Amino acid sequence: MPSPTGITRATLVKDLRLEWRSKDAINSMLFFSLLVVVVFSFSFDPNAEESRQIAGGLIWVAFLFAAVVALNQTWAREIRNQVLDAYRVSPAPANSLFLAKAIGNFIFVSVLEALMTPLFVLFYQLRPLGPAWQLLVVAALGTWALVVNGTFFAAMSLRTRSREIMLPLLLFPISIPALLAMVQATTNILTGEGARVWMALLLSYDLVFTTACLILFETVLNAE
Amino acid sequence: MTDAHIQPTPVITVSNLIKQFGRFAALRGVTAEFTSGKLYAILGDNGAGKTTLLRTLAGLSQPTSGQVTVLGARKFHDVCHQVGYMAHPSLLYDEMSGLENSEYFARLYGIADNSRCAASIRAVGLDPDLVRPVGQYSQGMRQRMSLARALLNDPKILLLDEPFSNVDVHSAGDMVRLLGRTRDQGKTIFVVTHQASLLDGTADEFVWMEAGQIVARTRDLKPPGVMT
Repeated sequence: MPSPTGITRATLVKDLRLEWRSKDAINSMLFFSLLVVVVFSFSFDPNAEESRQIAGGLIWVAFLFAAVVALNQTWAREIRNQVLDAYRVSPAPANSLFLAKAIGNFIFVSVLEALMTPLFVLFYQLRPLGPAWQLLVVAALGTWALVVNGTFFAAMSLRTRSREIMLPLLLFPISIPALLAMVQATTNILTGEGARVWMALLLSYDLVFTTACLILFETVLNAE
Repeated sequence: MTDAHIQPTPVITVSNLIKQFGRFAALRGVTAEFTSGKLYAILGDNGAGKTTLLRTLAGLSQPTSGQVTVLGARKFHDVCHQVGYMAHPSLLYDEMSGLENSEYFARLYGIADNSRCAASIRAVGLDPDLVRPVGQYSQGMRQRMSLARALLNDPKILLLDEPFSNVDVHSAGDMVRLLGRTRDQGKTIFVVTHQASLLDGTADEFVWMEAGQIVARTRDLKPPGVMT
C-alpha cells in the first residue's frame, strides 16, 4: 500500500513542478498584491506612527486577497482533464492530497510574502518597536490559517458553477477570527505591545481548523 | 481467446442498480454479472447510461440504490488497487511529460519502480523518453498515454471509457490487440465505445444498453433487434 507521507511528498513535488512551469499562481498573486501596495500608498500618506497602526491591516488584507488567486488555481489544475478522478480511483488517501495542496499553497503564499514585505516596509517606512522575530511566527501561523481553510473551501467550491466567486464568499467569513488575530498581532508587534495572546489565538485557530479540514476532506473530495 | 484453465468467476456483480441525477434516471435497475478473463464491449446510444455504469463500477459515482460488488468487495476503496480506469478526458497533467505523469500516478499506487512506468508507456506504443508535455501530444497519443496510466498498476479489472475516440485506425488496431493480450492474461476488461466494429472478433461479449438498462448481451456484434 502507498505511504501517505510518500503521496503527500509526490503530490507536493508535482504541484511545485507544475507551478514552476506555468507560474500561473505566483504571477497573478504578485501582480495583484503589487497593485494593492501601490494603490494603498497613493491613498494614504501616513507618518511613521500611523503606518505602524494601519500596516498590519493593509498587509494581511493584501495577502488574503492575493491568496485567493493561488487557491483557485490549485484545484483548477486538478479538474482540467478530470485528473482528480484518477486520484479518486487510486488507493491514495484523501488527506495526503489535502496536505500536499495546503503545504503547496503555504509555500506559494510565503514566497509572495517574502517578496512583498520589503516593499511594504519601504512604502510605509516600517520599523517594528517589538521583537521582529515574532512577525515571522505571526506570518507562518497566519499564512497557514489562510491556506488551510482556503484549500478546503476551494475544493468544496470546485464543482460549483461560479467557483471563483464562491471561494471568497465561503472563506472570508470563516477567516475573520484568524484575520483579526493576524492584524492585531502584527500591529502590536509593530507598536511594541504584547502579541502573545493573539499568537495563541492564531495557533488555536490553526489547530482547530486543520483538524476539521482533515476530518471532512474525504467527504468533500468524493462529493458528486 | 480466454485460456481454458482460467475458471470464469464473477468479478463484478451489479444488482438492481439505480442512479438518478435529480429527476433524470441514468441507470434504471441494472442487474448483471460479469466473469473474469473476458473483454466486455458496452454499447449503446448517447445517454444510454454506459459512462454512468462505468463510473459507478469505478467507485466515482455512488448509486442511488442497488448494489455493486467488485472482486467480492462492496466498498470500492478496498479493491481500488486492482482496478484500472480510463475516462473520456485524459486524466493527465498537460504540463508534464508522459513519464512524469506515469511516475506521479505510480506513487499513488505505492509503485516505486520507475521501470514499470516506462514499460507501461512502451506497451501502448509510445516512447517513454519523449520529453514533450502531454498537452502537446496528438489526441491519439494522449488516449494511448491515458491507457498506459490505467495499466500502470497491473489491474485485474480495466474500465475504459471511449479509448478509441480520435485515435487513427492503425493505432486503434494496436490498442485492440493490446487489450486482447491483456484479457488473455486473465484480466477483465470493460470498454465503453461507439466504435464497436473495432472490437469485433476480440470482445467476448457485447453488452447493449438503452435508456439506463442492459437490454441484451450478445456474443457477436449483432444489435439486439437482429438477435432472433
